[in-house]
Amino acid sequence: MKRSDSGILIINHGNFEKDFLGTIADSIVQEYHLPVSVKESHTDLSEYFDPMRRQYNGNQLMMELDSLSAPDGIKKMALYRVDLFNPILTYIFGQASLNGDIGVASMHRLRNEQYGMKKDDDLLLERFQKVVIHELGHMFGLVHCHVPPCVMRSSTYVEDIDQKDLHLCPKCRQELESG
Amino acid sequence: MPRKISIMIVDDEESVRDSLYNWFIEDGYEVECAENAKQALSILESKNMDIILADIKMPGMDGLEMHRRIRSLNKDSVVIIMTAFAAVDTAVQALKDGAYDYITKPFDPDDLSHLIRNASSQISLKEENEALRNKLISLENVEDLIGRSDAMIKVLKEVEQVAQSSSPVIITGESGTGKELIARAIHSNSKRKYSPLISVHCGALTESLLESELFGHEKGAFTGAMYNRKGRFEMADGGTIFLDEIATISPKMQIELLRVLETKIFIRVGGNKEITSDFRVICATNKNLKQMVEDGHFREDLYYRLNVVNIKIPPLRDRTDDIPMLVDHFIKKYCTSMSRNLMSIDKSALKRLEQYDFPGNVRELENMIERAIVVGNDKEIRLKDLPFDKAMSSNSFKSLEDLEKQYILQVLNKYDWNISKSAKVIKVDRVTLYNKIKKYKLQSPKK
Repeated sequence: MKRSDSGILIINHGNFEKDFLGTIADSIVQEYHLPVSVKESHTDLSEYFDPMRRQYNGNQLMMELDSLSAPDGIKKMALYRVDLFNPILTYIFGQASLNGDIGVASMHRLRNEQYGMKKDDDLLLERFQKVVIHELGHMFGLVHCHVPPCVMRSSTYVEDIDQKDLHLCPKCRQELESG
Repeated sequence: MPRKISIMIVDDEESVRDSLYNWFIEDGYEVECAENAKQALSILESKNMDIILADIKMPGMDGLEMHRRIRSLNKDSVVIIMTAFAAVDTAVQALKDGAYDYITKPFDPDDLSHLIRNASSQISLKEENEALRNKLISLENVEDLIGRSDAMIKVLKEVEQVAQSSSPVIITGESGTGKELIARAIHSNSKRKYSPLISVHCGALTESLLESELFGHEKGAFTGAMYNRKGRFEMADGGTIFLDEIATISPKMQIELLRVLETKIFIRVGGNKEITSDFRVICATNKNLKQMVEDGHFREDLYYRLNVVNIKIPPLRDRTDDIPMLVDHFIKKYCTSMSRNLMSIDKSALKRLEQYDFPGNVRELENMIERAIVVGNDKEIRLKDLPFDKAMSSNSFKSLEDLEKQYILQVLNKYDWNISKSAKVIKVDRVTLYNKIKKYKLQSPKK
């Protein structure tokens, strides 16, 4: 983490409820010790929709996010309900620029119903928190970690997300704090 | 800590390059991007990449052609071909050409992770294999060349330095110092290690035989030449030829040898076809070649041609510090080859070895240990198992008193410290012998 990092801006693209966002913001504050603010967005996402893939283009959303003005030192994290992809992957839970200021996270594939299982709102919130904290980790310069419970461990399936904790391991924590 | 695996992404689409770049960089890989095959090949000229992920369809050179070019550059990179359209024929072609795998865009994140993880494991295994092979070779050398004395460390450093070049080397040293071992160490640490090391003992062959041995012969070249036969120079192609006892070769052979060393071209005895061979020459001698040149017994031009590097091996008496280590080595070697329990050596026997001047050098020590293991008690080598007798010269006595002390000790050891018997052999009375033991502070090894 750099001295110039002054806060995190959550951009709500998914009409998420206030309490839901508040819980996510709390977990970010607890992990990164930076102030978190929330901004509502009413951007029309249809222009990012790819009819062939029936998903939304995560790369283009990142570019849109990059063009959004924000004070220096603020990390912008956009949250979505829609299914995201990038040109090389069939889907993404989220993505962020390493050591950069922008990141996106989607709730779509975190839902139990997506896999034919019973709806579980608590589990969904926990998974989303983990994805957001993971992507923010990349924005603070952290790469994937091989420590199994570390939130920075790479997750390609939703089960992988469930296996890890909501927190950084001591090694990643040290790396984050040493800047 | 394992090193970072490097990945190069070759794709004409920027969004693909960027997405893959971000994916791999977040996974801790070292990543390079190229927008076409030409750029990728240019990067590969200056640096090695472990994994190359290349799109099959690119403007200009396609991924398959690029893969062929990479292979012709002798690069060890693992190549994975990507395509937007799955087509069996191109996949088969890519795999036939030696591609590691074939993947269709867009990838399932887990498939991509697995693919890269497996490719990385293959690279690590290959490197580990290479490292173990090198370790094995160096272990073999270390086992052969024993010594931690300053004199021997100097020799080993010289071996390490000269191994990398292809210059001729002369190894000098007394008989039995291990000149051939040094030649082997130079060869097995050189780039020629996977080609043969051919040894020729020049002193053991007559002039005509040596000529035929070195250059080979054609069928019918002389009586008994029933077949064409390759000579040692030809057999050493790509490797090293070791000419032991070089000082013994005749003046005629000296001229022939000089010519071959200068041109690396020769003709078999009885033949007319020129043969070229790429060999490195290492010679050994226990004679003073320079003196032989001065005396007119060895050609000066040949001497200077051979004497590019000179490694002098010290005699064993000048590196007595190495004796305990050598003794251990030979005990292990012979106990193993004779399927015996590993023996030790008692203090008095070792001390005697350290005092001995070893005119036959390491070879003599080796023979002594081998003999001692054969005649010994299967537990330890005792002084009486070593072949020290009056006939063996030893100039290690510092004084008359030292001589007396050693003699008394030898007799006492021979008769298991039986004072009466020893006194009788030495021809003194028991009291005198006790006084001598006290004077020289002699101790039975059994105490």
